[in-house]
Amino acid sequence: MSELSFPENLKYSKEHEWVKAEGNIATVGVSAYAQDQLGDVVYVELPKEGKELKAMEEMGVVESVKSVSSIYCPIAGKVIEINSALNNQPQLVNEDPYGKGWMIKVEMSGAQDLSPLLSAADYKKLLEK
Amino acid sequence: MNYVPNSADDRQGMLAALGAPSIAALFQDIPEKVRLKKGPVLPPPLSEPELLEELAQASAENTSASPFLGGGCYRHFVPSMVKHIIGRSEFYTAYTPYQAEASQGILQAIYEYQTMLCELTGMDVANASMYDGATALVEAAFLACRVTGRKEIVVSSAVHPAYRKVLRTYAKGADLAVKEVPYTAEGLTGDVGRETEDGAACVILQQPNFFGNIEPTNQLADAIHSRGALFVVCVDPISLGILTPPGKYGADVAVGEGQSLGNPPSFGGPELGLFAAKKEFSRQMPGRIAGQTVDAEGKRGFCLTLQTREQHIRRERATSNICSNEALAALAAAVYLSTMGKAGLRKVAELCLQKANYLRRKIRSSSLLFPGAPCFKEFVVKTKKEVGVDLSCFYPELKGWRLICVTELARKKDLDALVKAL
Repeated sequence: MSELSFPENLKYSKEHEWVKAEGNIATVGVSAYAQDQLGDVVYVELPKEGKELKAMEEMGVVESVKSVSSIYCPIAGKVIEINSALNNQPQLVNEDPYGKGWMIKVEMSGAQDLSPLLSAADYKKLLEK
Repeated sequence: MNYVPNSADDRQGMLAALGAPSIAALFQDIPEKVRLKKGPVLPPPLSEPELLEELAQASAENTSASPFLGGGCYRHFVPSMVKHIIGRSEFYTAYTPYQAEASQGILQAIYEYQTMLCELTGMDVANASMYDGATALVEAAFLACRVTGRKEIVVSSAVHPAYRKVLRTYAKGADLAVKEVPYTAEGLTGDVGRETEDGAACVILQQPNFFGNIEPTNQLADAIHSRGALFVVCVDPISLGILTPPGKYGADVAVGEGQSLGNPPSFGGPELGLFAAKKEFSRQMPGRIAGQTVDAEGKRGFCLTLQTREQHIRRERATSNICSNEALAALAAAVYLSTMGKAGLRKVAELCLQKANYLRRKIRSSSLLFPGAPCFKEFVVKTKKEVGVDLSCFYPELKGWRLICVTELARKKDLDALVKAL
């Protein structure tokens, strides 16, 4: 686990997604821990652009060689962009989970309380349990 | 003859290991009132020769079903090769085996079956099979709902009535609506336009339809796709020996009952659900697919793929409630198709077409419900004779009308005799 990184500027969910909020736009992906547990990702299924998501609503699935796991959107809002590069290069989720492996951009509905989400330090503590 | 394999000593040993002094003590937790005090009332035991004699007598009372019975389950010739190959112990299992990759032969057989089904239907990808035609049709509708995000299924009333019943049962549980398009006076599916206006997930047609008529499918796909719906076609695989494959006229999913391919009608089973789709829907398909791959040494091998979306892995989030396939029936279909070959299958389809239409021409048109419709191997006749399928069971308005089926096995003298009897 020590080799996995968890950037300080991101918020994390207990379901292992990360959120980067910039103004009212949030980018969502899965954490380095999630991709490590999944193994080689072979397919990512994302919501359609324009879809309204509730906080922690299922937004898609990540399929690896050994399992298919649901992914959840930690914040409420409208999907404004999806990472279409993942269609042909799902391995980006493994290679660069916080960068090229991002999944969706969400326009957050109103002021959102991000406090239920974890800081990098708290998320690391959760993983160590 | 006693088939209980353990001896009195074995039983004593097991009881000792369990720490129970007797069988009665072992069962002491079962309440007195639910215990069976005496055994079931059965005739005295028979020796094996006596038993065989009794079974032979009972089976002699069977009569063969009417040769003109069809309506979804068909009597086609099954070459002896099919029985001999599927009866081999390496193959003789009802399902995909556990530890599937240890059984390369079965996986290859399923792979061949899928390949043949794709060639037959003109689709890109086929799964390892479903339970039967009805469940395959339902799964196609569910796929369309997942893909489109819509909750309304439009189905022709000329689709097999039992399939529509199964569809309604499944749809109720999944909170989906089912709308039916009435059939026309010509025995074809009516205009699907109105029913798809409110945003249908799919339109489902059967080809040839339940009345045996050939639907004009060429222009349909564009109209259906322009409304954002998928086009699902339920086929009779034998008819694809001469009819255009659904992939050629724009179908998104082709399903059907595969019993006709090398499986006897028996008493209506086991059946075989055919399921094939366009490649873009492969991850939304139910069930599993046998795929071709290479092993660590670079040699060709076969594996099960898309299993990760099945119940034993995804539990309640699985794509569908199927978690295996109809391996033996699918193998029979694959052996049948490879035995018949392209020319053979075409010949079977031509014989069905010609014999059915020979019979139909001999019947006066006032006794035909849809005299103008082109038919493949079935058509509807007015008769009091108990022949074929009584349509009033499914369509109350069709009292007195029966669905007659003619396959390549019908002989000219049978057809002529039926004309006289009608």
